[in-house]
Amino acid sequence: MEKRDVIIVGGGPAGLAAAVQLHKKGVANILILEREHHLGGILRQCIHDGFGLSRFQTALSGPEYAARFIEEVKRCEIPYQTDTTVLEISPEKVVTAASREGLVQYQAKAVILTMGCRERTRGALGIPGERPAGVFTAGVVQAYMNLYNRMPAKEVVILGSGDIGMIMARRLTLEGAHVQAVFEVQPIPSGLPRNIEQCLNDYGIPLYLSHTVTQIHGDSRLTGVTVSQVDEKLRPIPGTEKEYACDTLILSVGLIPENELSIDAGVQLDGRTRGALVDEHYQTSVEGIFAAGNVLHVHDLVDFVSMEAERLADAAALYVTGETLADCPLGIRTDENVGHTIPQRVSGKADFQLSLRVRRMMKDCRVVVRQNGQEVAAKRMKKALPAEMIQFVVRADKLVSQENLEVSVEC
Amino acid sequence: MENLYDVLVIGGGMIGSAVARELSRYDLRIGVLEKNLDVCYETSGRNSAVVHGGFAYDTGSLKARLCVEGNRMMGDLAKELDFPFLRCGKVLVGNTKEDMETLKRTMEQGEANGAVGLELIDEERLHELVPAVVGKFAMFSSRSGILDPFQYTIALAENACENGVEYFFDSEVTGIGRDEEGNYHLATTQGEFACRWVVNAAGLGCKTISDMLGIEGYRVIGSKGDYIILDKRTGPLLPMPVYPVPSNTYMGIHVTNTIDGNVTIGPNADMVSDFRYYGVPQENMDYLAESASQLWPHIHKADYIRNYSGILPKWVDEQGVIQDFKIEIRDELAPRAVNLVGIESPGLTAAVPIARYAIEQMKEREELRENPAFNPCRKGIVRFESLSTEEQEKLIRENPDYGEVICRCEKVTRAELLQAIHNPLGVSTLVGIKYRTRSMMGRCQGGYCQMRLEQMIEEELGKKETEILYARQGSQVFFGKVREEA
Repeated sequence: MEKRDVIIVGGGPAGLAAAVQLHKKGVANILILEREHHLGGILRQCIHDGFGLSRFQTALSGPEYAARFIEEVKRCEIPYQTDTTVLEISPEKVVTAASREGLVQYQAKAVILTMGCRERTRGALGIPGERPAGVFTAGVVQAYMNLYNRMPAKEVVILGSGDIGMIMARRLTLEGAHVQAVFEVQPIPSGLPRNIEQCLNDYGIPLYLSHTVTQIHGDSRLTGVTVSQVDEKLRPIPGTEKEYACDTLILSVGLIPENELSIDAGVQLDGRTRGALVDEHYQTSVEGIFAAGNVLHVHDLVDFVSMEAERLADAAALYVTGETLADCPLGIRTDENVGHTIPQRVSGKADFQLSLRVRRMMKDCRVVVRQNGQEVAAKRMKKALPAEMIQFVVRADKLVSQENLEVSVEC
Repeated sequence: MENLYDVLVIGGGMIGSAVARELSRYDLRIGVLEKNLDVCYETSGRNSAVVHGGFAYDTGSLKARLCVEGNRMMGDLAKELDFPFLRCGKVLVGNTKEDMETLKRTMEQGEANGAVGLELIDEERLHELVPAVVGKFAMFSSRSGILDPFQYTIALAENACENGVEYFFDSEVTGIGRDEEGNYHLATTQGEFACRWVVNAAGLGCKTISDMLGIEGYRVIGSKGDYIILDKRTGPLLPMPVYPVPSNTYMGIHVTNTIDGNVTIGPNADMVSDFRYYGVPQENMDYLAESASQLWPHIHKADYIRNYSGILPKWVDEQGVIQDFKIEIRDELAPRAVNLVGIESPGLTAAVPIARYAIEQMKEREELRENPAFNPCRKGIVRFESLSTEEQEKLIRENPDYGEVICRCEKVTRAELLQAIHNPLGVSTLVGIKYRTRSMMGRCQGGYCQMRLEQMIEEELGKKETEILYARQGSQVFFGKVREEA
């Protein structure tokens, strides 16, 4: 069996950033396994710009952003293998992968999970009605248009105000399709404010909050959808139904970290993120298996994915060179305003980056970290939105004990 | 007449294909006319996929007799035709005294029908068999099982095809006439066909075809059932189908493990007259989950991956009472026409016995000569995912296309997709390839693989993007290219 210090599962933004950072830290016996023909992951189909503002202080398209890392991987001669699908990861860190060359098993010292996420589908939502052609997730439409040069839509309704859906609303409009409206079941948008402005408002595409699709019509190609208003419990309100004739329904209703391989490796997941439970080293419940990027929790900006993977690589580099990573016995609890945090456990001995999302929109508030009821870190927010991940550093020297931390949002 | 078929079978579902396959044992020119673009778009592909024991039907009925026979032979048939079948058993779970009485009656009826392997079991044994179920006792039917209804139907059709049967898709029968020689002339959406014998295996269209044959008066209603499919993560919690105690007419909402490790919940039973509408209403989904949770409390919305519905054609009398299968030749009204009406559940279990029963009636009227070249065996597509690591390794070495995983959720490889795209029946829809490989059937529902799959269909079959169909006629996926290539 081939031995590697680190196997990176997935050559998207997280995997690439982790690889480059590991190399910088002197770890050379790496292998990136990528199932597609090219490195770059989902960035390859994101031809719009706006990537890289935090990481590179410049606006790049998705492929340009990916290219910065891919060039670095090539320059550093970091080994990677495309067209290779990982079939299994064992708790002992044996990675089994298939490619046209055969089935290969690697014994890794550390495994880095960077598989990204998948889109929530119509079936997962349980939207009632028929099952015609013309119901797509936003990412599928993006792939068809940007990678395959296929036009899948003319008259479009979009369900969900996720970022990819809004970006595709603009893209479709520019390519001659007619986007009638975007409907969002929640009372607030789920995507970033800048996308609402640049992708919907600039093109006169209305966004209806507290609305959802309650019927899908058509036995061959989609002929239309029924849309209803919903009440505060998100239940459709009878009598508010409205019909929209359309040939395409695009769903942008959420992303789910793709953790099937992780589960088989024995990695424990957090029910809130559907990603792994990790400590400040981004190490999962299985020693030597690390996770970062969208497989860990869904990000709104790829820059944060890269930076998270770089922090992971710092810890993983220590791990494979035989250093003991500090124990992380301190849990991080959250109040009802906080959806989740990453990490979920810390050592209390080192500064760490706290990532979190709020559950509802709040204005003029403070995100506060407490220990024994005492404030140890805080961030003031003019406006906190569920769509925007909040990040700040918690400093170890401010901690007051070995008790768990509590994160809350206060107005 | 030059272009005269000995037999034309109307309907290429599991019954029509079983009839065609069993008929291909004889020296006959056989055609199958299917209105859809594949063989399992309607009832054959839209059901619970359970191989029944034969205890639920009135003693002496065809349903009882042919079901018991079908159950008995399913293992051998699965080997011959290489489709996935698992004799996992099933339980009918009860709680009350009345439930116990019903189960006892069901068992007696089953035994009278010739069903074997039936047993009343207590709570302890029930929980040994299915730890996650809720109930006080059960009837255990050890000979019940599950199969892949798509592969099963496709296997019957492909074996028929390999034995010389011609399949015509997109060929809906619109009228039937007879000439002075007694030959049938079938007008279809693809032109006229002529034959000496005709078989009505039209499923949901059985009454329409029966009327066209001049055998009028059947009353056929649709019983529409909705289902929810759960993620494979739930599969290990359900080693066999769990049913409630049945009523006289309805099996009840059950929880069923699928051959591939998913779980399905359903069906309800709504009487319908529109046999083309397969929409699933919200209230039915809610009802299914609520109702099935009483038997098996592991149903969570986070595990939903899809929903679907199917319609059973039920032959009923004036009072609406559901009747037996009708398999008849009415010499006085339509000689040389085999009329199958009301083939509903247990039609899946009984398909081949139904076909044989129908052919026996033909043989009473005409001597059929054996086809010495008949081959009962058919090979399916080898599933990469189902193999051990060593077998997978060997397979990739023999055929590198097996090393290219296209569908990540179900681990379907390029080799499997190529075989499916070049299937013997010539089916080329996305759903047709999905049924043959399970690509797009996993938890991401084609989010990752459908683009690759679509591109392979274009390349392999030389189709334009605007010719790619999702499932039915008119289900184009694309309006063209985004930009014309330079």
